[in-house]
Amino acid sequence: MPSLDDLRKRITSVKSTQKITKAMKMVAAAKLRKAQENAEKGRPYSEKMNNVILNLSKSITDKENAPKLLVGTGEEKVHLCIVLTADRGLCGGFNTNIIKKAKSYFEKIISENKTLKIITVGSKGYDQLKRQYKSYIVENISFKESKNINYFDADKVGKIIIEKFEKNEFDVCAIFYNKFKNVITQIPQEQQIVPLNEDKDDKDDSGNDNDYEFEPDEDEILSNLLPKNISTQIFKAMLENSASEQGSRMTAMDNATRNAGELVDRLTIEYNRSRQAAITKELIEIISGAESL
Amino acid sequence: MSNLFNIDIVNPEQSFLSKDNVFEVVIPAVEGEIGILKDHIPIISFLKPGIIRVFSESEEKSFYVEDGIVEFKDNTLSVLTSSIFDLKDADKNFVSESISSAEAELSKDNIDDQKRFLLNHKVEVLKSISIN
Repeated sequence: MPSLDDLRKRITSVKSTQKITKAMKMVAAAKLRKAQENAEKGRPYSEKMNNVILNLSKSITDKENAPKLLVGTGEEKVHLCIVLTADRGLCGGFNTNIIKKAKSYFEKIISENKTLKIITVGSKGYDQLKRQYKSYIVENISFKESKNINYFDADKVGKIIIEKFEKNEFDVCAIFYNKFKNVITQIPQEQQIVPLNEDKDDKDDSGNDNDYEFEPDEDEILSNLLPKNISTQIFKAMLENSASEQGSRMTAMDNATRNAGELVDRLTIEYNRSRQAAITKELIEIISGAESL
Repeated sequence: MSNLFNIDIVNPEQSFLSKDNVFEVVIPAVEGEIGILKDHIPIISFLKPGIIRVFSESEEKSFYVEDGIVEFKDNTLSVLTSSIFDLKDADKNFVSESISSAEAELSKDNIDDQKRFLLNHKVEVLKSISIN
């Protein structure tokens, strides 16, 4: 049985932890609002980009000579996986969920005897993957220094991917990130960006809109556009990720604060009980001492 | 009948400019400047470094862009660009920095003709900005 002093110390310690988690929750809530706003502001760009590419790829008739970024190299031996995670921990299952999703994909690739290459963006992902997949990680990028998500950073990642593609270092490229659904739910996503998978389902074929005028020709525009699209997709993933990270941290810290509160309540009851027990014990001792006189 | 149409300029971070009362836009497309009026046929093109000029009823606006994609369809002009700023708030330091970095790039030997052309053009445009 812990002494009264021990209990008192524990209560204060839990209380100060609670203060920290509470503060972290507030900070995350404030950041979440901004991250969410940014994610929304960034949406028109990637949507328009998608539209343009869709219109362009519709008008490409010569599939064989189409840019390889769009149709792929024709093989799928080497898979490049970009795992986007946070740079900081204490955000619940956020990083773990992405890693889990990525790992199951890795296992599939390895069991199919294909070559796997991994690029991690964000230091937490690297930390978690380096134990098991160290030999596959070709690059490890972190944007700890940049305060806000910016396109410039995404473009850097995009350029690395393009460079590797041009050197024929991979055939298929997929990115892993958390999609922000709401504060409580974030869905780990796997998205293939090279070759580009068209979402045919959500587009009704609104006739043949092949009446665009292209200047210069379609191929040239596409080959200019596709690298940009990769950066855009990564940027989108980063925005979603940052909103998810803050949301996830907020929920995690909220839970932690509540748990700490419960713990304090329980400890306080225990403290009071043992204090009362001590008093009762002393009283009994005094009374029985007086009786024996 | 009105001869106005819409323009949306978006960059990855946000929607940069959205107007529904412009009557002419001049864009620096890669094969030369294009002036766009209402009911232009649908077009997709991409940009080279240059000035976008937007003429609306009340005012004229100019923006510097480095690259980007334009799409015109159903009387809406969408400009997607990752590098754009209003000429009015042009930052002198930024402009001169861009000039010197482009010139440094130019002095390298291993660039192809197309890139050289684009860079030369960029320097030209940027210099014309800094003079104004």
